[in-house]
Amino acid sequence: MTNVTVKDLTLEFGAIRVLDKLNLQIEEGEFLVLLGASGCGKSTLLNCIAGLLDITDGEIHIGGRNVTWEEPSERGIGMVFQSYALYPQMTVEGNLSFGLKNAKVPKAEIAERVARAAEILQIEPLLKRKPAALSGGQRQRVAIGRALVRDVDVFLFDEPLSNLDAKLRADLRVELKLLHQKLDNTMIYVTHDQVEAMTLADRIAIMRGGLVQQIASPAEVYNRPSNKYVAGFIGSPTINFFEGSITDGTAPEFLTADTKMALSGYEASQGALSPRPAWLGIRPESVITGTDVDAQPYTAEITVELFEAMGADTLVYTTLAGAPFRFRMSGQARVTAGDTLRIGFDPAQGSLFDKSTEERL
Amino acid sequence: MTDVTTNTRTTPRGTKPRRRMSPSNIMLYGTLFVASVYYLLPLYVMIVTSLKGMPEIRLGNVFSPPVEVTFEPWVKAWAEACTGINCDGLSRGFWNSVQILVPSVALSIAIASVNGYALSLWKFKGSEVFFTILIFGAFIPYQVMIYPMVILLREAGEGLSFITGTRIRLMGSVWGLVIVHTIFGMPILTLLFRNYFASVPEELFKAARVDGAGFWGIYFRIMLPMALPIFVVAMILQVTGIWNDFLFGVIFTKPDTYPMTVQLNNIVNSVQGVKEYNVNMAATLLTGLVPLIIYFASGKLFVRGIAAGAVKG
Repeated sequence: MTNVTVKDLTLEFGAIRVLDKLNLQIEEGEFLVLLGASGCGKSTLLNCIAGLLDITDGEIHIGGRNVTWEEPSERGIGMVFQSYALYPQMTVEGNLSFGLKNAKVPKAEIAERVARAAEILQIEPLLKRKPAALSGGQRQRVAIGRALVRDVDVFLFDEPLSNLDAKLRADLRVELKLLHQKLDNTMIYVTHDQVEAMTLADRIAIMRGGLVQQIASPAEVYNRPSNKYVAGFIGSPTINFFEGSITDGTAPEFLTADTKMALSGYEASQGALSPRPAWLGIRPESVITGTDVDAQPYTAEITVELFEAMGADTLVYTTLAGAPFRFRMSGQARVTAGDTLRIGFDPAQGSLFDKSTEERL
Repeated sequence: MTDVTTNTRTTPRGTKPRRRMSPSNIMLYGTLFVASVYYLLPLYVMIVTSLKGMPEIRLGNVFSPPVEVTFEPWVKAWAEACTGINCDGLSRGFWNSVQILVPSVALSIAIASVNGYALSLWKFKGSEVFFTILIFGAFIPYQVMIYPMVILLREAGEGLSFITGTRIRLMGSVWGLVIVHTIFGMPILTLLFRNYFASVPEELFKAARVDGAGFWGIYFRIMLPMALPIFVVAMILQVTGIWNDFLFGVIFTKPDTYPMTVQLNNIVNSVQGVKEYNVNMAATLLTGLVPLIIYFASGKLFVRGIAAGAVKG
C-alpha cells in the first residue's frame, strides 16, 4: 500500500524552479533515502512533504489523505533535524511532550508515550536533563524521540547524523536501522552521505537539479546506475570512465584509444547494443589482481603511480588506455609506486552510457 | 607550578615570561587612567559640593572635601526645592517619571518583541519593505516629528472622547507621553529583537511547527524563554532612554505631570534668588541615580545580552 505520494510537485522561489513536476511514491513501511549533492533539492522536497514550505503546484498525499493544504502538525509526520533543534529551556521530558501538550493529549497518555519512547531509545536516565547537558548523540536520540512520541506513520529525517563525529554516526546509523526494523514505519531520510544511503535504504532516490535521476534499491543503483551522473555519484572511490565507442560486429566490443574490450554478456537495458559513441564505467572494486587475472575477459599490465593503503584495502592510482584509472586491492598486498601489476576485469559487468544522452545502454 | 613572573629560565621553555612595565602596558594603563580621571573628576566635584553648605562653597575651594558634611541640600532637592509655585522638590517629578517609565518600557518591549519575532520568523509578502520603512524611522530627527505628533495626540484624544463619551486628553497627559515613547522606541527595539530572533536556528522554529505550536505558542513557549538576555538589553536601553528624555517630556506634558528631568532643569535654571549650587548638584545626582543603578545592577547581563548572538540548543 502506498503511504506517501508526491504528485507533480513544483516549487518556485521567485523565478528559480527548485523542484520541477516531481513524482514519488513511497510504500508503507519503506525506508526511502533521498540522496544528492548539496543544492539538489532533497531537503526542500522533505520540507514540502512536511508542510514547512508552501508549494507552487502539485499534490501531497500521506496515508491516503490529500494533505497539500494542511499544517505540518496535522499531516501525521514526525521530523528529525540536522541541528537536533531541541528546545533549550525545556528538559528532555518537556521536549518529548511539547507536541503532545499542543495536541491536548491527556496527561496520563503523554506520560505513557514519553516513557515508551524513552525506553525504546534508552534515554530514561536523561529525562530530567536540559539539552545543554547532553552529548551530541544523546541530543539526536532525544530528537528522534520527539518524533517517536507523536505516534505517526511517517518519519522525516533531514540529515540527522551530519553533525555527529564519524564513530557516533556509524553507531547511530545501526540504531536507526534497528529502530526501523522494530517500528516498521515509513521513513524518508535525506542525506548526502552515500554510506548512510546504501546501508539504510530500501530504496534510494538520487536527486539532481530538482529531479529524481534514479529510484531503486541500493544494489540496483550501485550495479546498474541509470545514467552517467548516478554512476559517478554512487561509489567511493569513484567509478572509472572510458570514453570510446561500441564497435559493429557479431560480438560487440568497446573501443577506446586503440584498446578493445569485449562486451559479450552485457545486459543491455533495451534490445541489443548498437554501434555508437559511448562511455564505459568500471567500478574500482570489480578489478582483479593476483592469480585469477588470466581468467578475466580483459587483462592489462599497469604501473602503480600512487597508492593509498587504508588497512582493509589499498587503493591504486594508475593510467589505463590513456585514461586515469583507480582500483582497489587487498590491504595485505605489498605495492609501491613504480611497481608493475597485471590486472583484469570483465567489461561486460561494467556500465555503458550513451555519449550524448549519458543514459544507460 | 612555576609562577609566571618568576620564570627565570635562560632557555625558552614553558610559559613565556611577561614584563609588567613594558611600553605598551604603560601606554595602555596611562590612557585608561587619564580617561577615568576625565570622567570621575566632575562626579567627585558634584558629590563633594552637594555635601557642603553654601558658606563653604563661597570660599571657592572646588576640589576640597567638605569640612562639615551636611545632607541638607539632598533633603531640600528632594522635598523642598521650588519650581514655579510648587515647592515639593524633585519628588513629584520622580513619581511622574516612574509613572511614565513603567508603562512605556513594558508596552514598547512587548510590542517590539512580537514585531521582531514576526519579522524574522513569520515572513510575509512585503515584510522586508515593512522592516526597512520601520528602520528608516530611526534616522529621522525627532524634532521633525514633534508638531505632527502634537496634532496627532490632540486629535486622537478628541476621537477617544467622542467614542467613549467621556473627556479624554492625550496631549499633556502621562499616557500621551507613554504613547510617544512607545512609538519612538519601536524602530531600534524591533531591529534589536529581529536580529536576535534571526539568530535562533530556523530548525527550532520548524520543529515547533511540526509539534503543532502556533504563532503565539512558539512565541511564548519557545522564543520568549530563549530571549531573556535580549529583553534585559532592551529594558536597559528603554529605561535609560526614557528616564533621561527631556525633549518629549517638556513638550507632551504640563507642569503637573513634568518628568524628573524637566523639573531638574527648572530647579537648576531658575533665575530668581541665590544659586544654590549644593542643591543643584544633589538634584542632578538624584535624577541620574536610576540609570546608574540600572547599569550597576545589570551591567553583566547587558554585556551578555549584547554578545548573545550564538544561542546553542
